Amino acid sequence: MTRFLLDPTGERHAPHREPLPRAASLHGQVVGLLDISKPRGDIFLNRLEELLVEGGAEVRRFRKPTFTKPAPVDLRHEIATQCTLVIEALAD
Amino acid sequence: MVAPLLPAVAATTSLTVITQDDPTFPGTVSARHDDDLSLSWHHDIDTVPTVMVVRDGIEVDRTVGWSRDEWRRLTGVTDLGADLPVMRPGCGSMSVDPDLADRLAATFGGRALRSRHIEVAEAEDEIEALFDLGYTDGLPVVPPTPERVMRMLTGTTRDPQEVVAIVPPDLVEVTVEKVAVNAVMAGCLPEYLPWVLAAVEAACTDEFNIHGVLATTMPVGPVVICNGPGTRAIGMNGAGNALGQGNRANLTIGRALQLVVRNVGGGRPGEVDRATHGNPGKVSFCFPELEHGSPFTSLAVSRGFAPTDDTITLFAGEGPRCVVDQKARSADDLATTFAACLRTLHNPKLVLAFDAVLVIGPEHARVFADDGWDRERVLAELHARLQLPGTELVHGAGGIAEGVPAHLADATLPKFRPDGILLVHAGGGAGLFSTIIGGWANGSTGSQPVTRKVTT
Repeated sequence: MTRFLLDPTGERHAPHREPLPRAASLHGQVVGLLDISKPRGDIFLNRLEELLVEGGAEVRRFRKPTFTKPAPVDLRHEIATQCTLVIEALAD
Repeated sequence: MVAPLLPAVAATTSLTVITQDDPTFPGTVSARHDDDLSLSWHHDIDTVPTVMVVRDGIEVDRTVGWSRDEWRRLTGVTDLGADLPVMRPGCGSMSVDPDLADRLAATFGGRALRSRHIEVAEAEDEIEALFDLGYTDGLPVVPPTPERVMRMLTGTTRDPQEVVAIVPPDLVEVTVEKVAVNAVMAGCLPEYLPWVLAAVEAACTDEFNIHGVLATTMPVGPVVICNGPGTRAIGMNGAGNALGQGNRANLTIGRALQLVVRNVGGGRPGEVDRATHGNPGKVSFCFPELEHGSPFTSLAVSRGFAPTDDTITLFAGEGPRCVVDQKARSADDLATTFAACLRTLHNPKLVLAFDAVLVIGPEHARVFADDGWDRERVLAELHARLQLPGTELVHGAGGIAEGVPAHLADATLPKFRPDGILLVHAGGGAGLFSTIIGGWANGSTGSQPVTRKVTT
C-alpha cells in the first residue's frame, strides 16, 4: 500500500529560467555597481569601475542602506530601469 | 440497559438508532450500523448512549449516558425506564478510542489539510525518504503523516489555514498547518505548537530580520528564550543543563522553528545561509528562564509583559560561552568579572555593534541577591564598567588593526548600547558559573530582540 506524508515545504517550484545572453562588448553598456555597505566593498568596486570605464562602459554606483537586509524595492527598481548589467560586491 | 426502552420511544416519535460495533444491536428496533464511525465522528459523539433531538435536520438538544429525567424530557415518553436507575454515565464512544481517534481525525478531518502529498512506496523507509528530499537538518525527523499532523493541530485553536507569517528568504506564506507539519518533524508534542507558532511569528518580523540572521557569515541563529507559567506546564527545563540536551520541549521547539525556516522559507546552508562556521545551536537553541527562585524580575517582565504571560523572546545569538568566577563573594567583584568577560565579545576592541544575553546561574545570582542587587542594579553596574577609553579602541591600538576610527581616540565609548544586555536567570543549583550568548549586528540595520506572547 502506498503511504503518504505531508509536504513540509513552501511548495514553490521555481520555473527554470535561462540567463540573459552574455554581452558581446562593454561598449554602450550601463553597468550598475551595487555596494552592499560592507567594509572595503568600495575598494573593490572602485577598481572594477576603472576597468569597466577603460573597457568602454558607463558606470553607475548604487549602495544598499545595510548589508544585513535585502536591497529595498525602490533601489532594485532604480537599477533595473537605469542599467543593462549589474555587479554586486560582497566584501570582508 | 436501554435497548428494551427503544420500541416505546419509536412509537411516539421518529426514531433513528445508530449502532457502532454490533450491527445486530439493539435488536428491539432497526438500526443503522456506523461501521466506519463517520456518523459518530462528525457528530462529536464521545459517550454511548447519546440521545440527540433533531428538528428540520438540525440538532437542537442532546443528552449523554442514561439520565431518566433527560431521556423522558427529550423523548416525551413520561414513564420511560421507570424500573431503571435514575442515572448511569454510559461508556466511551469508539470514535474517541485512543487507538482509533487519530486515524478518524485524519480520515474525516484531514480534508481540512492542504499540504501536498509525498508518496512513500511500501518498501521505502520514510525517514530515509525525508533525508533524500532534503527536508531535514541533518538529524532524522519524525515522518509527518496526516494522523500526526492532525494530532499536532489539536495543540492550537487557530485555523489550520491561517497565515502565521511570511518566511524569508523565499518570502513564502506559512500557515498553521505548515508549521504543524514541521513541528511534527521536529518531534514536538501538540502542547508545544503555540510556542513554535509564536517563535515563527517573531522570527519573521522586520525587527528580528531572520533573512539577515540566516544570510550572515557570522555564526548566529535564533535563540529562543521562553518565559511564563506555560514553560513549566509543558515541562521545559530551565535548571541544570538548561542550554544542553535532554529536554524534549527545549530541543524540539527550537528545532521546529529552524525546520520552518529551512523547509518553508528555503533557508539552507550553502545557499542563502552563508555562515562561515555556524554553531550547534543552529539545530536548536531554546530554553526557559528559571523564574522560580530567581532574585531578578524576569526577562519578559523587563520587556513589558506580565508574570502570568507566556512569551518567547528571540535573540540572534552565537553559541554560549562560560563565565567562571568561583571566588567572588560580593556583587561588586562579580560584576567586575562579568564586565571583563563581556568586553571580549567578538573582539575586545569592537563596541556598540553587538548585543549579548547574559545567563546568570543561580549561584552567581545569589551573590548579587545577598548584596541586594536587582536586575536594574546589575545591568547599571555592568554598563558602568563597560565605558571604554577610545585610545584603547582605535585602529591599531594594542597592535590590533580591528577597532574604531582614529577620530574617536578622545571619546569614551560604551561596549553595549543601553538595552544591549539581556539578563536571564537559568541553570543548575551547583556551580558558580554564568553564560554569555553573543549577538549579531544589532539595531535597525541588523537584528533586534523580539518578544511575542504565546497564545493557544
